[in-house]
Amino acid sequence: MLLIRCPWCGDRDEVEFRYGGQADVAYPTDPHELDDAEWGNFLFVRANPMGALTERWVHTAGCRRWFSVVRDTATNEMTPDIPRRRESR
Amino acid sequence: MVVDGHTSPAPDRLWRNPEPKSNYDVVIVGAGGHGLATAYYLARNHGVTDIAVLERGWLAGGNMARNTTIIRSNYLLDASAALYDHALRLWEELPEELDHEFHFSQCGVLNLAHTEQEARDARRRAFANELNGVDAEWLTPDEIAEVCPILDTSPRLRYPVIGATYQRRAGVAKHDHVAWALARKCDEMGVDLIQNCEVTGFVTAGDRVTGVHTSRGTIGAGRVGLAAAGRTSVLTDTLGISLPLQSHPLQAMASEILEPVHPCVVMSNHVHVYTSQAHKGELVLGAGIDTHNGYAQRGSVHVVENQLAAAVELFPIFGRAHLLRTWAGTVDVTPDASPIIGPTPYGNLFVNCGWGTGGFKATPGAGWVFAHTIATGAPHPLNEPYGMERFTSGALIDEHGAAAVAH
Amino acid sequence: MMSSSNPNRLNASVRSGRIDRTRVVNCTVDGTTVQGRPGDTLASALLASGTIEVGSSVHRGRPRGILTADCTEPNALVQRLDGCPEPMLAATEIELYEGLEARTLSGVGWLSGERDTARYDKKFVHSDVVVVGAGPAGMAASLAAARSGARVILIDQHRELGGMLLDGQSHISGHPATEWVGRAARELAENQNVRVLTRSAVLGCYDHNYLLVAERRTDHLPTSSGAATRQRLWHVRTGQLVLATGAHERPLVFADNDRPGVMLASAVRSYLNRHAVLPGRNAVVFTTSDSAYTTALDLLSSGARVPAIVDTRPDPPARLVEQARAAGAQVYPGAAVVATEGAPRISAVRIRGLDTGGALNGSPVDVSCDLLAVCGGWNPAVQLFAQSGGTVRWDPVVAGFVPLNTGGRSTRVVGAARGTYDLAGCLAQGFAAGAEAATVAGFRIAPPPVPQVDGDRPGARPRPVWAVPDESRPPEACTDHFVDLQRDATVADIHAATETGMRSVQHVKRYTTISTGVEQGKNSGVNAIGVLAETLAANSPGEVGTTTFRPPYTPVPIALFAGRTHGSLYDPVRTTPMHSRHEQAGAVFEDVGQWKRPRYYPRSGEDMHSAVLRECAAARTGVAIQDVSTLGRIEVVGSDAPTFLDRVYTNGFANLPVGRARYGMMCGADGMVLDDGVSMRLAEDRYLMSTTTGGAAKVLDWLEEWLQTEWPELDVYCTSVTEQWAAVAVVGPDSRTVVGRLAPDLDVSAESFGFMRFRETVLGNGTPARVARVSFSGELAFEINVAGWYGRALWDAAMAAGADLDITPYGTETMHVLRAEKGFVIVGQDTDGTVTPLDLGMDWAVSRRKDFIGKRSLSRPEMLREDRKQLVGLLPVDTDTLLPEGAHLVEPDASRRPPVPMLGHVTSSYHSAALGRTFALGLVSRGQERVGEVLRSPVDGSDIEVEITTPVLYDPEGVRRDGPAQG
Repeated sequence: MLLIRCPWCGDRDEVEFRYGGQADVAYPTDPHELDDAEWGNFLFVRANPMGALTERWVHTAGCRRWFSVVRDTATNEMTPDIPRRRESR
Repeated sequence: MVVDGHTSPAPDRLWRNPEPKSNYDVVIVGAGGHGLATAYYLARNHGVTDIAVLERGWLAGGNMARNTTIIRSNYLLDASAALYDHALRLWEELPEELDHEFHFSQCGVLNLAHTEQEARDARRRAFANELNGVDAEWLTPDEIAEVCPILDTSPRLRYPVIGATYQRRAGVAKHDHVAWALARKCDEMGVDLIQNCEVTGFVTAGDRVTGVHTSRGTIGAGRVGLAAAGRTSVLTDTLGISLPLQSHPLQAMASEILEPVHPCVVMSNHVHVYTSQAHKGELVLGAGIDTHNGYAQRGSVHVVENQLAAAVELFPIFGRAHLLRTWAGTVDVTPDASPIIGPTPYGNLFVNCGWGTGGFKATPGAGWVFAHTIATGAPHPLNEPYGMERFTSGALIDEHGAAAVAH
Repeated sequence: MMSSSNPNRLNASVRSGRIDRTRVVNCTVDGTTVQGRPGDTLASALLASGTIEVGSSVHRGRPRGILTADCTEPNALVQRLDGCPEPMLAATEIELYEGLEARTLSGVGWLSGERDTARYDKKFVHSDVVVVGAGPAGMAASLAAARSGARVILIDQHRELGGMLLDGQSHISGHPATEWVGRAARELAENQNVRVLTRSAVLGCYDHNYLLVAERRTDHLPTSSGAATRQRLWHVRTGQLVLATGAHERPLVFADNDRPGVMLASAVRSYLNRHAVLPGRNAVVFTTSDSAYTTALDLLSSGARVPAIVDTRPDPPARLVEQARAAGAQVYPGAAVVATEGAPRISAVRIRGLDTGGALNGSPVDVSCDLLAVCGGWNPAVQLFAQSGGTVRWDPVVAGFVPLNTGGRSTRVVGAARGTYDLAGCLAQGFAAGAEAATVAGFRIAPPPVPQVDGDRPGARPRPVWAVPDESRPPEACTDHFVDLQRDATVADIHAATETGMRSVQHVKRYTTISTGVEQGKNSGVNAIGVLAETLAANSPGEVGTTTFRPPYTPVPIALFAGRTHGSLYDPVRTTPMHSRHEQAGAVFEDVGQWKRPRYYPRSGEDMHSAVLRECAAARTGVAIQDVSTLGRIEVVGSDAPTFLDRVYTNGFANLPVGRARYGMMCGADGMVLDDGVSMRLAEDRYLMSTTTGGAAKVLDWLEEWLQTEWPELDVYCTSVTEQWAAVAVVGPDSRTVVGRLAPDLDVSAESFGFMRFRETVLGNGTPARVARVSFSGELAFEINVAGWYGRALWDAAMAAGADLDITPYGTETMHVLRAEKGFVIVGQDTDGTVTPLDLGMDWAVSRRKDFIGKRSLSRPEMLREDRKQLVGLLPVDTDTLLPEGAHLVEPDASRRPPVPMLGHVTSSYHSAALGRTFALGLVSRGQERVGEVLRSPVDGSDIEVEITTPVLYDPEGVRRDGPAQG
């Protein structure tokens, strides 16, 4: 049971969250400019490192906000993704 | 040979522990079930024996040692049914062919339906199985109770069992012993099984791979096949190949040894758990993956808790069995939950990955087609649909989407 | 004197023990009555009664005896029979209670068919410092931490605090250690910030200091007593963790080391001092380290003879040798027990010299005995430490695997768990770690001073012997040198494993099954590693390494994990405000997500088929009513709401006028249909979106994800309002009359209240309502929405308003038929995650002008194939034949031999009252081109001929939508 720090609610148990995979995969400005391979990459390819991964979580059973953290996928050590955190509403 | 810890005076030699040579015709990365089966069929079907199977830890110590040993082929989609049923037919031959006991038991599998939509999906799958030549039956709750009397088919359940598909040819095998049986044959045919030899990168020349860097030095290779499961991305990342894989913890658990009580395999997606009783007598339970990526071979306890609650809901008599051990492996999952088996942008590098939770049951089938792919440089008809180009074209093999059946 | 039923019970003057001598407890083992005292375990009661033998071994049927006094027991495993039978419990762990009934087992338990009626519950708590283990180190840590004001939880497996202090005779500050234990226990009990959990095992130590603790609450009480929960599963999140988990003594491996009467030296000491039980009167002690000398002295002071202390070390500490000799024991240094005799209980041992190379030397000495106390050394209990991600290393000085780092950022290991066995050291480490942990947790405190003690001193270096050589046989033939007693696995088995080529301890474990029993290696693990290291000629057990330590630390009933999560509490049940009315009407319910929805309302004598025909007829010819409160509802509000909906729906919503509703479809990024529903525009900046019943939560998540992570610049807020609304669909030619009566202020005529419009009104009963003209059946229909509170009143009012028109409640089955007759799809039934809107023939809902989520995916090569499966209507040629849902369609001339190429499948199939025949919907390759073709559906060995048609079978012109002409 990971302990995840929601930037708004503080430390909460993993069961309150839903996982959102790799962070910072931007929706293409114009998807129709992408060829099929590029679009396929956008749809399906995500980083899968053994080590630090900047990833998204959403606090579904709390404030319902999305945020990202950096987690080491080998040790589960988590640190806030401060420089990249988006300003949410 | 070994039965339940009983050792006869003259044990089989299973494998040598050779020093790696400087070069092999084929290097297979990963001595799990798939790596071993690939080497076996390369030697058996294609006459290739100058093979090294490199293993970073101990042979068959990854998901091969951690799965719930379920074998079945009752998949919905043609491509899946063909591949898994090919595997099942090989399973049926292997006890004789490998001549090393691995307790393959065709005790049958029940896939339960708890909602009307699950029943529709299940029947669709069973009808498709019939047309694909895969044995399948649709059972009513009363018929289910006859097959598996300890399963609660009463309306007491929050989601009562309303039916199930039943594949009689499905079953279980003793995973470790399967690996040892394959390893023994590989070794016999001259394949070098090299443990404690971690592949850390590749030697490349243009669009070809000429060898692998390992913790025991560089080893040259004519062809390289990756069968590294959860670690595949770590390897392909070094070549700049981006595969649509995500590695997740997958947990399973076992009870103490009990007298036979559970006659078959039961899988439920809605009351999420799958259960069987091992040859030795332990109840073996598994279910879904942890949602987050992870290589720690350690999962979250709420996943275990949910599985056990599901088990007791379906099998009230499991309540007083004891949880003896929980464990986790690392499975690599693709967006359509079907594997990737085929060539890569490097002409002589081939991948077999993305099996998610379906790897064990496919072991011989995967080995068969991957060996063909490596030996001929082109996919076998059975793995043709499983190339990575499907993620560009959109021709997914989406068992997940098409019928939410746990693998 | 010893009593007749407890011949081995020591007099109180010799050993008081921690038992209540004023009371007798009766239990039954293998049909024989056994008496004990409160404070006994089943094992100590058996020993007091003179029984040491338990069930025979699993494979070889060899007699076995009680080996330990703790959770590492491999032999004394029993099936509990009183109450709900429970398999494989260690007799050493069962506290005796009146009426206990047990049967000894031989390595295999069984499950009864009896339903477990015991209750199990869970608690979730947070703490600043958790201390695991209440021996001297753990108690010291708890005292230090608790004095800081931190929230402390102390957890111990046993019924009493004190750990090894209860097994011995040491003194702290000049008083018996048990007095110190008592004072400490009181101090902790009186501190409101401290919680002490006894009879509680920490099962697992998970990421970020999350602990799972199993508390046995009533297992020590007679089965019939009380209504308290039997066991409780604690979920504990702690800031700091102190592991004072102690150590487990190892047995020794030698020929016939499995004979009843061979017992761990520490267990002997525990039975003597804790239970006042003398397990044997003529005891040989066989040891590799100092600790067993205390056992010898305790035996001697209890009146037993100790004819021999056999020490593997050639030069045991002179102090100990002197003490032993003075008390009457002969010490054999540099020696080993090489064989035992007995029938079956041990009656003699053979002692030989053991040279520095480990070979036997000298001539044998045979010594008769009825007990052999063995000490193969100690294994620090590193299980929890390793589970939490810690690494262990082999420490040659203490001859055990110890934590590599004992002072992590949030985990500290103290005492025997890190190989510190002297009492002063344990106390000092405990005080220091407790104070440090509290300080790091924000409660600054200095460690208390360590009191004077006279307990165990730092030991001399042990000399582990992994397998005593056999007198005649080579190691590979040592088939009676048992390494794992429960699994009947021997030194020969380990050799056999290595003969196969195995080198890894993981392989050897799996080949021999060593450490796979209920003790999970606590008893057998390190000995197996030691034997393997010797077999492989490794430098030390550390070179071989351990297998992985996995939760749970001790076995626990699966029911404990399930807790109350079963039956109706397995998953929440959601019901609508009208639910009681459906129950009163005799509805048969269907699970849709967590909702209970009426499937149909059978009248007496009706089955589903006839009820549905009746309900359908009412909707098509009169008036019918359905509870549609379960549909998901999301308010989408903000100045950018129109833009946002244009992006998430395949069709346009920005241009939807206020006061109107529109059907919308949404796709995943992969272009596959995700959900659908009708959304209303309430105001320029406000929409009310409806979703499918099962898709509501998923859609809300979906919207939030895009809003927050892709388009944070949009001014949009989404709020789930499903629970705030209750709604009914009033359907049929007479629905206008009913709704007119319900809402007298509303002009319900076709002219002023057009299709896909909605109006706000107040119903005749005073309830504010929103009425919409939407239809999922093709009939004239109204959807009336009211605040959830008024749901039942709305239902009652509608039923009353339509009573004279025989208004008929209908369920999901009728809804399915009605919509299918019109070719309306149900997402999730007629689609399956591989279907695009274009496959459904819904090009009209797919905008060409704007981008939307998933649009790019629709132009991927696979989506452009001409042979994609498309939605069609299916008419069995025989109009009475019902196609099974899920059946597949094949070419008329397709081969009957598998694999038969499949063209598509039946997604929905019904009898239609309105059409007077059966019909179905399906997805068929090139379906739109095939209209008019007849295909074959092979079902259970025969064929059903099916004509392909367009999906809209009823009222294709749509003339019924506005109802009968008025006037």
